[in-house]
Amino acid sequence: MSSLGFFLIAIFTLAAGLAAATMPKLIHAALCFALTFVGVAAFYFLLGAEFVGLVQVFVYVGAVAVLIVFTILLTPRDAEKDRSFKWSGAWIALVVFGGLLWAILKTPRLGTAAPVISALSVRQIGKILMTDYVWPLQCVGVLLTAALIGALVLVMEEKR
Amino acid sequence: MLSGLAGVPVWVGQIASSLINIIALLVVFLSLFALVSVLERKILARIQNRLGPNRVGPFGLLQPVADGIKMLIKEDIVPARADKVVHFLAPILIAATAILALGIIPYGRNMTPFTIDGGILFFFAIGSTTELSVFMAGWGSNNKFSILGAMRAIAQMVSYELPLLITVLPIVMVVGSLTPDAIVAAQGNYSLGILPHWFVFTPWGAVAFILFFVSGLVESNRTPFDVPEGESEIVAGHMTEYSGFKYAIFFMGEYLGMFAVSGLAVTLFLGGWHAPVRILEVVPSYVWFFLKLSVLIFVFIWVRGTLPRTRVDQVMNFAWKFMLPMAFACILAAAVWHYAGHHLIGWLYSLVVVVVVYLMLSRFIGTGKKFAPRTYRFAE
Repeated sequence: MSSLGFFLIAIFTLAAGLAAATMPKLIHAALCFALTFVGVAAFYFLLGAEFVGLVQVFVYVGAVAVLIVFTILLTPRDAEKDRSFKWSGAWIALVVFGGLLWAILKTPRLGTAAPVISALSVRQIGKILMTDYVWPLQCVGVLLTAALIGALVLVMEEKR
Repeated sequence: MLSGLAGVPVWVGQIASSLINIIALLVVFLSLFALVSVLERKILARIQNRLGPNRVGPFGLLQPVADGIKMLIKEDIVPARADKVVHFLAPILIAATAILALGIIPYGRNMTPFTIDGGILFFFAIGSTTELSVFMAGWGSNNKFSILGAMRAIAQMVSYELPLLITVLPIVMVVGSLTPDAIVAAQGNYSLGILPHWFVFTPWGAVAFILFFVSGLVESNRTPFDVPEGESEIVAGHMTEYSGFKYAIFFMGEYLGMFAVSGLAVTLFLGGWHAPVRILEVVPSYVWFFLKLSVLIFVFIWVRGTLPRTRVDQVMNFAWKFMLPMAFACILAAAVWHYAGHHLIGWLYSLVVVVVVYLMLSRFIGTGKKFAPRTYRFAE
């Protein structure tokens, strides 16, 4: 049952990703990219990581996809005219693929099945974030606040 | 009890129970949609001194049936230059996400259709995809009014999502859970048997409830904040190029979204399905839930009939300069209340926090303009 689910979600996610890479219109590509995010969230749900899956939908579909769409809307349209095949892109893709393949092959194969990990509840995640990982959390908070203020300052200077 | 089902595999049972839940949700909320759409017209008519729909059926109650048939047999017009697929998918996505969001609300004792550990988060995660579908509608129509409406809608939805979320935080903090059932259970006690422990009766809860309700009004694009579809400015915003049943589905999605936000407000602040007085717990719990839901929906309609539309800049300023700081004040006040030990003294402390922040905000925001009392001239 779960392996069937895995294959269905994998096909869906990969198809959406491929569509995002090949669609002729940028907006279509962005919408397909949002579908890819949904597919990744479905993977998290399949693995029992509800919280991560929900955050994936919330942040990526709700915010990042909207951001991408806005970026496309606010940039000039002539970016669409050059549709020829680019060798540099292919090289980068090959290098990234090779790196990932190397990392996967380097991982020692587990002879036995991994012990079952009980799914983390939201409460546990909250406790860990507030105790062991409180400093990283605070640093991320400060970083995001700085980014927010920076964005505001940029916009305000443009107005003058 | 389930001996008749003994030989059936587990997954069949799971799918069957999910299907039953889904069908119940659809039946209840689609008929509620039909009912509310005619009630809204009746109430608006009452506010505007008219009669409202009264031709079809008793008191015009069969009006939604007539409307539905009309919508179904209307021609479906898609603009020639429209992006056909995106144009087609947008209304479906809006209605589907609204129905999904309805799935996590506890409608009565043991009556949560889908129990998810992070139910509240699920609600907002699903709700946040509405922006994308509104954008799809606006962009797919290939119409200037549509795209303008979609931009306005996204701008105000993104802005009001923050207060909507942050007003939920104090409740999650106090209850210590993201599960709607746990939040309802935390409001289940009574003082002296007559004072329910609903969060709306604490100072921070009352403020958070008002903020949540206003944000809900914005998120469902209802009248004081219907800037995205203001008829007098941009035809119908992102719905300009939709006709026939697609328009009806947009309409339905908007209503279902309104039900979802009101249902969540009932769950979070108004004690969910609990009765207002302990003795009245004998009345079935879902009756209380739907009573509270209808009160909130009535307020939605009442506000629509009473208030004029706001301007775009007013909507935005209100979100960032007032709603957001007040929402943060709610968190602070809830923390004070929680650590002073849910008693009268904590109640007073948190009232002080809220009032001080409110006064400071009104002093900072106040532009110092003095408005003379309005004078009216009536026709003789």
